[in-house]
Amino acid sequence: MKTARLAAFAAVVALVATACGSSSSSSGGKPLDKIGTGEKALNLIVWAGYAEDGSTDPKVNWVKQFQTDSGCVVKSKTAATSDEMFSLMRTGQYDGVSASGDASVRLIDAGLVAPVNTGLVKNYTDLSSFLKDQPYNSSGGKNYGIPHGWGANYLMYDSKAVSPAPDSWGSVFDTASPYKGKVTAYDAPIYIADAALYLKTAKPELKIADPYSLTQPQFDAAVALLKAQHPLIGEYWNDYTKSVSAFEQGTTVVGTTWQIIYNLALANNANLKTVLPKEGSTGWSDTWMVYSKAAHKNCMYMWMDYITRPEVQSQVAQWFGEAPANPKACDLIEKDTPGFCDQFKAKDDAFAKAIHFWATPRKKCLDGSGSECVPFSEWIKAWTEIKG
Amino acid sequence: MDQGLDRDQGLTDQGGAAGATRRLSRWLHPKRRVRLVALIGAPAAWLLLMYIGSLVALFLNSGYRLKEDGSGVDKVFTTDNYHEILTTAVYRNVAVRTVFIASAVTLIDVVLALPIAFFIAKIATARWRSILVAAVLVPMWASYLVKAFAWRSFIANPGGVLEKTFGHSPGYGLGALIIVLAYLWLPFMIVPVYAGLERLPDSLLEASGDLGARFGLTFRRIVLPMLFPSLVAGSVFTFSLTLGDYIAVNLVGGNTQMIGSIVYSNHASNLPLAAAYALVPVVVMVLYLFGIRRSGALEQL
Repeated sequence: MKTARLAAFAAVVALVATACGSSSSSSGGKPLDKIGTGEKALNLIVWAGYAEDGSTDPKVNWVKQFQTDSGCVVKSKTAATSDEMFSLMRTGQYDGVSASGDASVRLIDAGLVAPVNTGLVKNYTDLSSFLKDQPYNSSGGKNYGIPHGWGANYLMYDSKAVSPAPDSWGSVFDTASPYKGKVTAYDAPIYIADAALYLKTAKPELKIADPYSLTQPQFDAAVALLKAQHPLIGEYWNDYTKSVSAFEQGTTVVGTTWQIIYNLALANNANLKTVLPKEGSTGWSDTWMVYSKAAHKNCMYMWMDYITRPEVQSQVAQWFGEAPANPKACDLIEKDTPGFCDQFKAKDDAFAKAIHFWATPRKKCLDGSGSECVPFSEWIKAWTEIKG
Repeated sequence: MDQGLDRDQGLTDQGGAAGATRRLSRWLHPKRRVRLVALIGAPAAWLLLMYIGSLVALFLNSGYRLKEDGSGVDKVFTTDNYHEILTTAVYRNVAVRTVFIASAVTLIDVVLALPIAFFIAKIATARWRSILVAAVLVPMWASYLVKAFAWRSFIANPGGVLEKTFGHSPGYGLGALIIVLAYLWLPFMIVPVYAGLERLPDSLLEASGDLGARFGLTFRRIVLPMLFPSLVAGSVFTFSLTLGDYIAVNLVGGNTQMIGSIVYSNHASNLPLAAAYALVPVVVMVLYLFGIRRSGALEQL
């Protein structure tokens, strides 16, 4: 009886082991030759506010029009961090993702996304040229996605509680801060780059050039800064709704934010303001990518074509608060919100280059400064330690 | 089917489905093993694959190594994750903190559940008893998330109900977390304690009173010893549920980390480490269950 039980257990172990081992990585597949008939369904992983279907605000709905035009029924799953997007893509249940730079390169390396035939996306030629063929959306001369939009992470503060108005990231790192317990920070390893960016100006002796290419001493300094910040933090956030409620209620008064959080929270707290601090900012440039074994590839291409249309880009950009990838959208936005594209510097090549777009740190430094940079796996471990 | 044919209790062979069933049962009758397998085969397979299988998968994952650039895992076996958990201060601190929170929550629930359950079981009239039992159980029907979110706006400082009404609130943090978890798991303590008190004969309490013992003495010498297994049974729930929690800590815990929140925040970025760390509460609970096995409390579950 005992041996029988042992055998059964061994069988289970073997079964699980083969189940785990069978998911070998593929080469990423070939790009589509032409868009065929739609598969009537599309499953997406998106950042909050990228695929609005009227459930957040009945007036904000660009998924409906797409469904009518293409016949593809959209199911979207909102992810809070790039790490979550990456692990959701590994499940193989989604056709596409709006990946930022700190997920896109990992997705390409892991063979989870297929090269994209940009010729099939009519609006591709209109997109801002400084977003094309970038390290975060192409590899080995092949294109792996369609740019969606870009922007900076802002510093948000409650002008009633925080004075004088902050103009530096120092306001969230100052250990003598009068706002102790009401400071917030983004809850993901990539936030270490925000500390590094601040140190780039605050401690020039560290000689930080790129916040994603950190040597061990530079990395240690950033981690030490974040550990000192920990007692100041009331709450970390990565669920954007949690950050909205914290700023509305006043339990959080200062910290890093996305423009969409500001837009939503402003309705209930008119004292909120955002500022792009003098040190510059981290940010994102997002790319629509296609899963290498997508079940609804044609629908995904139709989506990528739809989402880059000027009229759709205009809605997305205004709702999220970001610069549209398609500058043609600016003429339409100007009618609704004059000055919008100037505010987000949608056509400003130099400004886009000054933003430190999220990227996945590697041992071989991203900025080409050497091969002794701290890789992302260390960032992940350090983040748990920072939160104590 | 003709009812007349059925009176022979299947002694004569007949065609159709009923006949096949009878032939099958006749064939099965002497074969005990086969009958057993047919009866519990499916649930046992479910238990093995889903329950044990997921634990095995957890264990296997805990031996893998995260790739350097964070893009997936290398499937080579290593003890790195365990080494990391045992040698890095943060994992020890968080484990100790979590066990402390679980103990505090359990203690608070015991203190709250005893008088409530005693009142329901021994003092309330039959009519009130059923109303009160329902009142204790009804919150368990509401979603955990709704209750945790309600506490989030209740405890917020400033602007929460507590702060507006009493001018003071602990705000998000360790204290708030213990209060909310104690609230969430209270029914899991009241129910076994109530069941234990129901079984406690009133005559014992009366006899103790007749012999001159005051309530305190009766409680210490009669009620508490007889109730001990029920308390332990309740504590298994409050303790283990707290060990695994990651939602309440995220909503009202402020900048506090627990075992559950570390596992949750690492499951996407560093699955092997999350898997290794998830074994900590398993080990703690196994030790706990071994410790209380002798008390007879497990029969009360």
